[in-house]
Amino acid sequence: MAASGPQTPYVANKPKDIPTAEALRARIPGWGVDLDRKDRPSYPREVYDPGSTGAHWDYPEEQPGREGRERSIEHGRLTPVFGTSSPLHGVSGSIRRYAYRYGEGRAAHWLLLLLGDRVDAWGAHAVSFVRLRPDNPITETGVLSEGRRHGVASRFGRKRVDVNHQWIDPIVVAGPWVAAAAGAVLGVRAIVRRGRR
Amino acid sequence: MKAMVYRGPYKIRVEEKPMPRIEHPNDAIVRVTTAAICGSDLHLYHGLMPDTRIGHTFGHEFIGVVEEVGPSVQNIKRGDRVMVPFNVYCGSCYFCARGLFSNCHNVNPNATAVGAIYGYSHTTGGYDGGQAEFVRVPFADVGPAIIPDWMDSEDAVLLTDALATGYFGAQLGSITEGDTVVVFGAGPVGLYAAKSAWLMGAGRVIVIDHLEYRLEKARTFAQAETFNFAEYDDIVVEMKRTTDFLGADVAIDAVGAEADGNFLQQVTGTKLKLQGGSPVALNWAIDSVRKGGTVSVVGAYGPIFSAVKFGDALNKGLTLRMNQTPVKRQWPRLFEHIQNGYLKPNDIVTHRIPLADIAEGYHMFSAKLDNCIKPLIIANPS
Repeated sequence: MAASGPQTPYVANKPKDIPTAEALRARIPGWGVDLDRKDRPSYPREVYDPGSTGAHWDYPEEQPGREGRERSIEHGRLTPVFGTSSPLHGVSGSIRRYAYRYGEGRAAHWLLLLLGDRVDAWGAHAVSFVRLRPDNPITETGVLSEGRRHGVASRFGRKRVDVNHQWIDPIVVAGPWVAAAAGAVLGVRAIVRRGRR
Repeated sequence: MKAMVYRGPYKIRVEEKPMPRIEHPNDAIVRVTTAAICGSDLHLYHGLMPDTRIGHTFGHEFIGVVEEVGPSVQNIKRGDRVMVPFNVYCGSCYFCARGLFSNCHNVNPNATAVGAIYGYSHTTGGYDGGQAEFVRVPFADVGPAIIPDWMDSEDAVLLTDALATGYFGAQLGSITEGDTVVVFGAGPVGLYAAKSAWLMGAGRVIVIDHLEYRLEKARTFAQAETFNFAEYDDIVVEMKRTTDFLGADVAIDAVGAEADGNFLQQVTGTKLKLQGGSPVALNWAIDSVRKGGTVSVVGAYGPIFSAVKFGDALNKGLTLRMNQTPVKRQWPRLFEHIQNGYLKPNDIVTHRIPLADIAEGYHMFSAKLDNCIKPLIIANPS
C-alpha cells in the first residue's frame, strides 16, 4: 500500500490487499460456494410456508396437566405444549409464582426468579441431608478434574486473562454458606444469651 | 434412567430419574447415544439463567435412537437414528409458519421473549435435556431428522447446534465478497463461524480469543488470522490498526454472556449476577466493526439487562442481527458442505466423556482445562 498521502478511510476506496478469489479458492476448500446471499438457507429471514414444516395440524392438540402451570403474563393463554421438568414447589415455588405476576420487561420478574433459584438451591442442599443423600462438593463440582485434566498446567504460564478473576469463585460459591453459618452462630448465641438473663 | 441433574451453581450429579413419558400425541422418546456440553450450558451451570430449577437435566445438543412414538407421529418410527435440533417448535404457529422456528410461540409458556430449548431452564419452557439416557422430544414430526447413513454420528451431534449456529452467525453478518470478518471467540461456534465466513466469500477472517490452544485451532481448522487479546492493551484499537483504521466489515460475537477481558464486567455480570452476564465481547464487536457495518450475535445472552454500548451502535449506523438459530433450516446446505468436504465438524472434538463422569466434564469445560474445545457425552454407547 502506498505510504504517502491520505489512505482509507480518509479516501473512498478500500485497500485491495486481500487475496484474489482464485487464491482464496485454492487455499480454502469451498471458498465462496455460498457467495450469493439470496441462496443462503435463512434468506429471506421470514418465508411464509406453513406447509413445509412437517406439522399436520393448524393448532396442536393440548397437552394434559395444564392446571396450575405457571406462565408469562405476556402470553394470552397457556401454550399447547410445555416442559414438565421441575414443577413449582415450596418456598422457591412461591417466589417464582410471584415473579410470574410481572411482565418480562420488568427487572423484578427476572430478579425474583434468580432469588427463587438461590432459595431452591439452598433448600435442596438442606433436604439432601434429610434424604440421606447429601450433596457432595467433591464429586458434584467436578473439582477432581483439576488433578486429572492438567488443572495447573492449563492455567499458568499461558497469560490466560480469566485467571485474573478466578480468585473470586470460591468467595461467590462458598461465601453465602459462610455468611449463613455465621448468621446461624450469631442467632443461636443471641438466643442462648437471652435465655440466661 | 440415569440423567445429569442440576444441584445449584457449579454443582451437578448423575441421578436416577423417572423415564420420560409421552406427554402429547406428537411426542417421541429418544434413547440418547451422544450428547454434547455447549458453551451456553455454562450459563446455566454458573447460575446465570433465571428459573434454572434443582433437578433439571441440561443438554440441548444430542442425537439418539427413537425408542417410542406418540399416536400422531408419522415421520419417524421406533429404531430410527435421529438428530434433534436444539429448538423445540410446533411448526404451525405464526412464527413457525414464517420459518422463525427458534421463535415458536406454542412451546414455551414461561416466556415470550425466547422460544423453547431442550434442557435450558424454565425460561425456555422447562424441557429436560439430552444429557441423559432418554429424553422426551415434543413435535417429533417437526424437529428431528433421520441421520443419513453416510453421516458420522459426531458430525450429526455437532449439527444440532454448534455448527448450525456458527454457520448462521456468518449468515447473519450478510458477508459479501472480500469482506473482512472478525469473530470474537474461538470456541466451537466461533470456529465454525470463521470457517463458514470463507464459504460466504470473506476476503479476510480474523479470530480473537485469549486461549492460545483455541487460537491454534482457529488457524488450523478455520485458516483464520488470530489475535490473542491478552497480548494487547486494547484489542479494539488493534482491530482498527489491522484494518487500516477502517474497522471490520462484519463482527461476529460468538462468545455471549461469559466473556472474559474486563474485570469489572466479569465481577458484576458473571460473578455477582448484577447484570445479564458480561457483555465485553458484544461491546468489542460494536467497537471493532466499521461504520455502517454489521454485528452478528450468536453468543448466548439471557433475558436480564446488560450494559451494552447501544449509543455507539446508533452513532456508527450499525446493523445488529441476532437470533437463536433456526437449526433445521440450515441442515440441507450443511449436509451438502459436509459431503463435499468443505466442513468436517468433528475436527474440533477434544473429549469424549461417559455420562457418569459429566460433573468432571463440566468443570473441565468451564475452567478450560486440558485444552478442551468441545466435549461430547457418551450416554448410551451405540
